[in-house]
Amino acid sequence: MKTFEYARAASPSDAVRRSGPGVMYLGGGTNLVDLMRLGVAQPDHLVDVSRLPLDAIEQAGDRLRIGAAVRNSDLAADPLVRARYPMLARAVLSGASGQVRNMATVAGNLLQRTRCAYFQDVSRPCNKRRPGSGCPAIDGDHENLAVLGRSDACVATHPSDMAVALAALDAEVHVTGPGGDRIIPMPGLHRLPGDAPERDTVLEPGDLITAVELPPPPPGASAYRKVRERASFAFALVSIAAVLDVRDGAVAGCRVALGGVAHAPWRAGRAEQAIIGGPATGEAFLAAAEAELDEARPLPRNAFKVPLARNLIVRTLEELTP
Amino acid sequence: MNRVEARVKVTGLATYAAEYPVEGVTYAYPVQSRIAKGRVTRVDASRALTMPGVLGVLSVEDPPELAEDADGELALFQSRDVAYRGQLIAVAVADTYENARAAADAVRVSYEPADHDVGLRADHPGLYRPEVVNPDYPADTERGDVEAGLAEAAATIDVTYTTPVEHNNPMEPHAALALWDGDGRLLVYDSTQGTSSDRETIAKTLGLPASHVRVVSRHVGGGFGCKGSTRPHAVLAALAARAVGRPVKVALTRQQMFDVTGYRTPTIQRLRLGADADGRLTALEHVAYEQSSTLVEFAEQTATPARVMYATPALRTAHRLVRLDVATPSWMRAPGECPGMYALESAMDELAYAAGLDPVELRVRNDPETEPESGLPFSSRNLVGCLREGARRFGWDRRDPEPGVRREGEWLVGTGVAASSYPARRRPSKAAATVRDGDFHVQVAAADIGTGARTALTRIAAETLGVAPDRVHVELGDSDLPDAPVAGGSMGTASWGSAVVRACEELMKNGSEGHADTTGEIATDSRLARHAFGAQFAEVRVSEVTGEVRVSRLLGVFAAGHIVDAKLARSQFIGGMTMGLGMALMEETHTDEEFGGFLRRDLAQYHVPACADVQHIEVVWLDEQDERLNPMGSKGIGEIGIVGTAAAIGNAVHHATGLRVRNLPITPAKILMARF
Ligand SMILES: Cc1cc2nc3c(=O)[nH]c(=O)nc-3n(C[C@H](O)[C@H](O)[C@H](O)COP(=O)(O)OP(=O)(O)OC[C@H]3O[C@@H](n4cnc5c(N)ncnc54)[C@H](O)[C@@H]3O)c2cc1C
Ligand code: SF4
Repeated sequence: MKTFEYARAASPSDAVRRSGPGVMYLGGGTNLVDLMRLGVAQPDHLVDVSRLPLDAIEQAGDRLRIGAAVRNSDLAADPLVRARYPMLARAVLSGASGQVRNMATVAGNLLQRTRCAYFQDVSRPCNKRRPGSGCPAIDGDHENLAVLGRSDACVATHPSDMAVALAALDAEVHVTGPGGDRIIPMPGLHRLPGDAPERDTVLEPGDLITAVELPPPPPGASAYRKVRERASFAFALVSIAAVLDVRDGAVAGCRVALGGVAHAPWRAGRAEQAIIGGPATGEAFLAAAEAELDEARPLPRNAFKVPLARNLIVRTLEELTP
Repeated sequence: MNRVEARVKVTGLATYAAEYPVEGVTYAYPVQSRIAKGRVTRVDASRALTMPGVLGVLSVEDPPELAEDADGELALFQSRDVAYRGQLIAVAVADTYENARAAADAVRVSYEPADHDVGLRADHPGLYRPEVVNPDYPADTERGDVEAGLAEAAATIDVTYTTPVEHNNPMEPHAALALWDGDGRLLVYDSTQGTSSDRETIAKTLGLPASHVRVVSRHVGGGFGCKGSTRPHAVLAALAARAVGRPVKVALTRQQMFDVTGYRTPTIQRLRLGADADGRLTALEHVAYEQSSTLVEFAEQTATPARVMYATPALRTAHRLVRLDVATPSWMRAPGECPGMYALESAMDELAYAAGLDPVELRVRNDPETEPESGLPFSSRNLVGCLREGARRFGWDRRDPEPGVRREGEWLVGTGVAASSYPARRRPSKAAATVRDGDFHVQVAAADIGTGARTALTRIAAETLGVAPDRVHVELGDSDLPDAPVAGGSMGTASWGSAVVRACEELMKNGSEGHADTTGEIATDSRLARHAFGAQFAEVRVSEVTGEVRVSRLLGVFAAGHIVDAKLARSQFIGGMTMGLGMALMEETHTDEEFGGFLRRDLAQYHVPACADVQHIEVVWLDEQDERLNPMGSKGIGEIGIVGTAAAIGNAVHHATGLRVRNLPITPAKILMARF
């Protein structure tokens, strides 16, 4: 592990001031410190942003503002979150373990890196870690990797559960940085790998996430479901965040986001469009799921994710149908 | 009985190998091969040696002196040949762990790579029949005519099962702390399952007399076999300490453990079984294909349970091994029995369906009078009792054999059964017992790897002496104590306990002290087939939507002789069954075909069961009297719990879904791909 300097930021603007080449922000450290131990991340300076006064969950009109430094445990336990956005609380609670969630911050969770085995092993090639070195996952261990939106350069998935719920909730990510303040609507924070898999997100160097803001919860019933072979403390094979609003037998609103299938939380826009306005039936959900997964390009060992995602969409929406 | 060391463990006072406070300690960090096969052409340590705090770099450029006949995995830096990716090829020593690691990273290694082969296949041209399989069984056996038995059978099956590479993953990573004194004597604090054997191996590897080496291992945070033989980290610590003239500590990372501390060989197992119209076996053939490294022949005894389990006029077992460019496999909980019984007990379930018989009944009908291969009488055998008792408790008589018909919402429900078996052996051990200040002190170089051995021996001594356990103090985990065999093969308590009983008996005769050596006693043990048996029942739920498998009930019924201590035994059985659940549903190490070595080398990716996976697990045992085993009448219980669990779960998955997933682990991916 490379020697590095550590400093605690006094304020968001102080943090941004300290940013620069070789500088990384430190949240709870549950991902970054692991990657430093592995040699995957090699910052010269860590700027600790976990103790900034960004740790409140506040109502702002009919919206909810969640500070970037709020711990995952506190987010999931918050009475407002549980009452108004139960899907988000469930997504967070389905991730990691109690100990990890106690440390992990909202911003850190959004910016955690892929669990691709090659990415985490500096002795092997990986385009995301070392651009241009190749992607051995495509012919190798890709069982847990992407089936949607993958590229020939990278087939990694984004592992966050929370981000999937945020994508379905149309959350907005508030950012401040050397270039000023910005608001990035989810799922737009994370990008598809294309030919630049080294970039997970649209953030620019020095950008600091300050908050996540939630619009009022969409009407209807919602659910988060996560599939994994171990019953807890495992990343999703595939997960789903869904909202369904049925009125007089017809679907008035529908949101579907998938986790574990792509380089970003996957908002299933095609499926949503196919469902909205139609009948809330299993056949309609199935047709919509198939339309969405039409563009899936699975690899030999992750082909199971396609029927899995399809089944999850259908079953979850059926269960949300009154 | 509660653990006698419970207080020091829960208060953090128990000292593990890496934790001994030693004046002037330094740290070694290994450099590992980045190719799977080929040669190291040059190790350039020039930059590393200039780095802060660096005391030295050892490598093949200046091979440290070692015994010529050192084990291939322990002969560090003796050859330029690379046998597998991850092999230790150099080590950096420095004043801190961080400096040692930075220096190791700065060591430049040049290679001349060669094509590697890391894939086990049943048609691999390199397959051969090993001389013997572990520990010293014949590789092949044949009695009767299998082909004729199959030809005349009313029902036959011919099926192939596979099990993946699995890693032991004890909580405590391997660590060693080595100190040389001025007279060339070596002290090693090591995380090992046997201080006597570790001392012998370290001494032999370094070319020292055993009397010059002492190994101390008071507390060990789990082993499951991967600390059963001396691992390279201990030799590394000793060599590095000798080279820099300072004490050296080596603490492996979890990732390094995957590379150099052994694993369970993957297996491919073909089973051909035939039964007559009454469900009596007419033939049983079990052929196992497995791997070893190019360094050491490690031949897992996978097909040996078939020599023990069922009566049949025709029985053939065979092992075929291929030497690949991989690390050497090693011991993992119930080596041989665990993968072998997975396949055999799954095949028995398939045969029950083919023959239209209840799987419990099929096993009962084929229960042998004597051990099928050897013809020896059993010291005791209560498999039928376990099956019957288990069936009664589990509600087996209400089971509809029809697969794929029970449903609770999206969850398909099924139940399965499998038998368990594990040898009940013992080995020679020494022990001493003395009286001091009115208390009794027992000494034996046994190992407590978290099993409760110290507590069990305390109880055995107290019962022999007829005193309260709190007046008995057992000292173990030190090779200076009376020699004792390794904690392995479920032989620990039987071996050490025999010596402890004899030492205590002698003490009672002379009133002051007793010394025992059971070598003679064991040499005259009568020739009998000695095994523990058990039956495991599983209920699973399989989601039709996601392919997830959840085990809602597990029941194990065991007949393992006299149970020395109920509390300790229960956790051994439950621990074994939980590990078996992991084997069934999640444990798998991925071999990197392209680059060699293993992938997903951490606990976030190599999944072992979490509490949430174990919903309801129940263990009972039959009261089994077997005086011919040892003075306690006990059979080992450390391993039998894992034997059969995966088959019971796999059989339940079949009962739930109608699907036979014959490749462990049974993951959602496999269920989904088979069903949809
Ligand atoms: C064993 C294990 C299992 C896990 N299982 C799951 C799981 O099932 N599901 C799941 O969703 N997650 C899981 N996680 C991941 C966990 O959720 C993340 O590690 C955690 O959320 C990261 O948060 P952190 O605050 O610790 O981030 P850190 O590790 O501190 O930082 C992560 C990244 O975010 C950056 N960063 C931090 N704060 C800011 C900020 N304010 N602005 C800009 N950049 C910032 C850092 O520079 C770094 O690049 C698991 C983790 C572990 C170790
Ligand atoms: S999938 Fe992406 S992260 Fe994984 S090896 Fe390929 S480039 Fe690297």
